[in-house]
Formats: sequence, structure tokens, C-alpha cells
Amino acid sequence: MDFAALVQHLRAALPDAVLEEHPEAFSPWILVRREALGELALLLRDDPALDFNQLMCLSGAHAPSTDADRLWNVLHLFSVRHGHKLALKVVLDAADPACPSVAGVWATADWHEREAYDMVGITYTGHPDLRRILCPDDWQGHPLRKDYVAPATYNGMPLD
Amino acid sequence: MESRELFLHGSRVPDAGPDGELMTLNMGPQHPSTHGVLRLELKTDGEEVAQVRPHIGYLHRCFEKHCEKLTPPQIVPYTDRMDYLAAMNNNLGFAIACERMMGLEVPEKVEYMRVIVAELNRIASHLIAIGTFGLDMGALTPYFYCFRDREMILDIFEEVCGARLLYNYIWVGGLSHDFQDDTDDKILRFCDHFDKRLDTELNPLLSFNKIFVKRTANVGVMTPEQAWSMGASGPSLRGSGVDFDLRRDDPYSVYDRFQWKVCVGEGLMGTVGDCWDRHWVKVLEMKESVKILRQAVAARPKDGDVKEKVPTRVKLPAGEIYCRTETPRGELGFYIVSSGGNQPERVKVRPPAFCNLSVIDEISRGALIGDVVAILGSLDIVLGEIDR
Repeated sequence: MDFAALVQHLRAALPDAVLEEHPEAFSPWILVRREALGELALLLRDDPALDFNQLMCLSGAHAPSTDADRLWNVLHLFSVRHGHKLALKVVLDAADPACPSVAGVWATADWHEREAYDMVGITYTGHPDLRRILCPDDWQGHPLRKDYVAPATYNGMPLD
Repeated sequence: MESRELFLHGSRVPDAGPDGELMTLNMGPQHPSTHGVLRLELKTDGEEVAQVRPHIGYLHRCFEKHCEKLTPPQIVPYTDRMDYLAAMNNNLGFAIACERMMGLEVPEKVEYMRVIVAELNRIASHLIAIGTFGLDMGALTPYFYCFRDREMILDIFEEVCGARLLYNYIWVGGLSHDFQDDTDDKILRFCDHFDKRLDTELNPLLSFNKIFVKRTANVGVMTPEQAWSMGASGPSLRGSGVDFDLRRDDPYSVYDRFQWKVCVGEGLMGTVGDCWDRHWVKVLEMKESVKILRQAVAARPKDGDVKEKVPTRVKLPAGEIYCRTETPRGELGFYIVSSGGNQPERVKVRPPAFCNLSVIDEISRGALIGDVVAILGSLDIVLGEIDR
């Protein structure tokens, strides 16, 4: 299916899940309502016409400075059987960074979501083991937030 | 989860030992078989492994944070330092992502040269993977043969771009240097040498060695479903019998112009998807890389400037892209967000070894402690790219 057909299919199955579509982007993406992500993910994986069996990448990002204080949770999906791709984006308020986890749908999301939590501070609800993954467990702050200030010391050790 | 409780040979993992407790055993962070600074926390019941919890991040160098302060040409040398055993392939992945955003067409000569260096680096990387895997299994000699052959590739790279490990060779829009006059001959000489040695030395000494087969066959079996769901890619995915390679199935550069085939595990020595299969896929892939090399060297255009299309200022247009390429370890993805400035807003890397390592818990349950060494070796991880 091409992007337009995919979006049409999704809108028919879950009428209020897809908020926006961006077919003109380098990697065409849809904006997904936060509460609908879990249901949509299951549909994307299990519907034989969609069959997105691979979560290529899950990224957390602090939105560009032009877009106020928002966090992005971006999923890039691929279907081996049909050869189609789709990107989903959930936009979160940096003050309320909770997002449904998809680790139960695609197991690879487990580590990727831990990384997004570690780096930009998205808290995934329903994640089986949400711990930091690259930074030490007692690290303060989320380094890829735009307002992050690198600490001068870590446990008494100077970091310069 | 149901599948997590299944032991790979069919029986179930015990929740606890006879006295109701599992022992915790730390493998690493300093351990000869962890291929870097990695800590595996094993829960064991006697000699049997009940759970593996990898602890990563010891090599975290904030690659993604650095990218926010650098221009794309400045980022290229940083990509070298992610998967330092396959720096060319990392350069290539990043360069292609930027070029797709900018709509930049690179000259045909450059495309062919990129394929040549990428395939050479794939062989060099697989040689390390195979050599160190053998070393983990107690086979010392094949390691030296692998390094001898890899040395020929590094000599070629040194001649071409001056560096032996971290090349900064593939730039956005082109390459840093043209080949020397005799580089093509050297590559062909390497192909002739290598083709023979694979069948006369490496395979009899290692791949079909009885002890090696005993240690790796039927160990750490990964099913295709597990592989897809956990995001395994590259030889780890193909070892499970999945016929999927981005060079063919999501083509980039000029890979569609060559005759070669995707190699998959067939369970020749045991079960499809065991450690031996993951090893064997790498051996077969090196032969295919040699095939691609011969064709690319014969077909490559010789005239033109490799820096002809390199922009004086690389500026990514506003937007975002996810672009993936096949490195020796699997799918390397770059998710780049730009708002049109000199530096990208966000560069997220999807390192293949990161996902491949996350499989280790599922496929190690029920195995022996010594088997975890085999499983880790067969997954062929590079911690530089896992930790970034």
C-alpha cells in the first residue's frame, strides 16, 4: 500500500487515532493521538493488510526550538511482506511526558524506549522495565533535552 | 510473557534452584569474551542460565548530543567511531541520509567506489567477527589467518585515504580521495588470494572443526519470529533463515547492478538459527562480497573528480528522514531532524548491534554458562555503536 492508502485504511479502522498526515515529508509520517497509540500499534501489527512486523526504529526527540516545548516519540515501521513503510509521531508536552509503551507489541521497543526515557525523559506507561540504559542509574536530567545543562560534577568527580 | 519462559530445547526454565534461589554471576565489565566493556548479569541455576541482563553504556560518548553542535561534514568522523570495525559502512549510511535530504545526486564513479570500500570493510569486519568468535571457542590459529587477510584490506584503505581504522572517507556528496593507480589491481589481487584461503584454510580449520561445531551447533537458537520482533538484523537475522538484506530489499547506492545472492542459515550442522548458522552466514557473505568487488572494480568509471559534487556548505533542508543501510552487523538507521540550520536538530542512530544484543536474554535461557560466550560471540557486537 502507498502512504495515502495506508492512512485511509487506518482512518477507516480507527476514526480518531490519526490527527494529521504528512505525505510530502522525506519519510512520510502521521501524527497520532497519544491515547490511541497502543490500539493503533496492535492494528498495524496484526491487520494482515498492514502487517508491520518490524519496528525499525523508535526515537525520542525534543522538538526543534520553533515548536515550543514539545517532545516527540517517533516510530518507524516496516512490513516485510508488503514492503511498505510508515512513520508515526506522538507529540507530548514536555511537562507531561507520559506516552503509552509499544514494548508489548514489538519487543525491540523495550530497549529503544528505555533509551528515549534516558535521553529525553519520555515516561512510557506500561513499559515492563523502564530504567536508564546508557547513562548511569543515578544520573540527573535527560541529556538530549534542549534545556539540559551538563552537570559540573558526578558523585563528587569533576566532569570537565 | 509466554515465550520468555520457554527454554530453547523445549523444557521450561526453572524459577529457582532446589533451595529456592538463583545465583547471580557477573560476566564483565572486564571479561575477555564480552568484546568490549559490557556487563552481563547472569541468573544461574547451577550451570544453567535462567536469565541474562545486559548492562550497557560504559562506552557512552554522547554521539547524538555532539551531533546537535556539529555540521554534517563534521559528524562524518564521529560516525567512524561508532562501529569502528566497519567505519566505511557507517560513513556511507550517514552520507546517504544527508544526500537524500538534500536531493544530491553523486557521480556514478563515486557510487561504485563507495560500494567497493563498503564491501571491503564488510569482509574486514566479518574477519574480525569470525576470528574472535573462534578465539572465544578456543580456536587460536584461525584468528591469525583472519588478521593476516584483514591486513591486506587495511593496507588498501591506508593507501586510499591514509587511515587504517577510522577513515572519514565517504563524505556527503563524494569521497575524500580518489583511488591510486594500482588500487584496483591490489583489490583484485586480494580477491584472488582470499577466495582460495577461505576454502582451504578458514573453513577446514574453523567452520567444520568438530570442536567448534560441537560448541556452536544447536546453541542459542533464534527463531525468525523472535528475530523480527526483537529487531535483529544482518547476519543475526539471516542466520535464522530469513531471506532479507537491505542491499537487495531496500536498495541504495548501486547495489542493484550486481549479481550476488543473499545468504541465509539452513541449519547445516544443527538447528536453523543457531550460533553456527550465524557464523556460516558471515562466511558465505564474504564470498558474495568478493563477487560484488570483482564486478564493481570491472565496471567502475575511471574518469571524473570524486569531490565534484561535494557541497562547499552542507545545509540540510527542514524536515526529517529515516534512512537505513546494511552494515556488516545489520540495519544501521539514521533518523535526522533538521530545521534548515547548519546543524541538525536531532540525529538518532539505530545501531544494529544494539538490537542484536537485546536478543541475548531470550536465546540464552536454559543454555550453559559457557554457551553464553558462544551466543555473544555469534551475535558479533561492537560496543562502540551500542553505547555511542
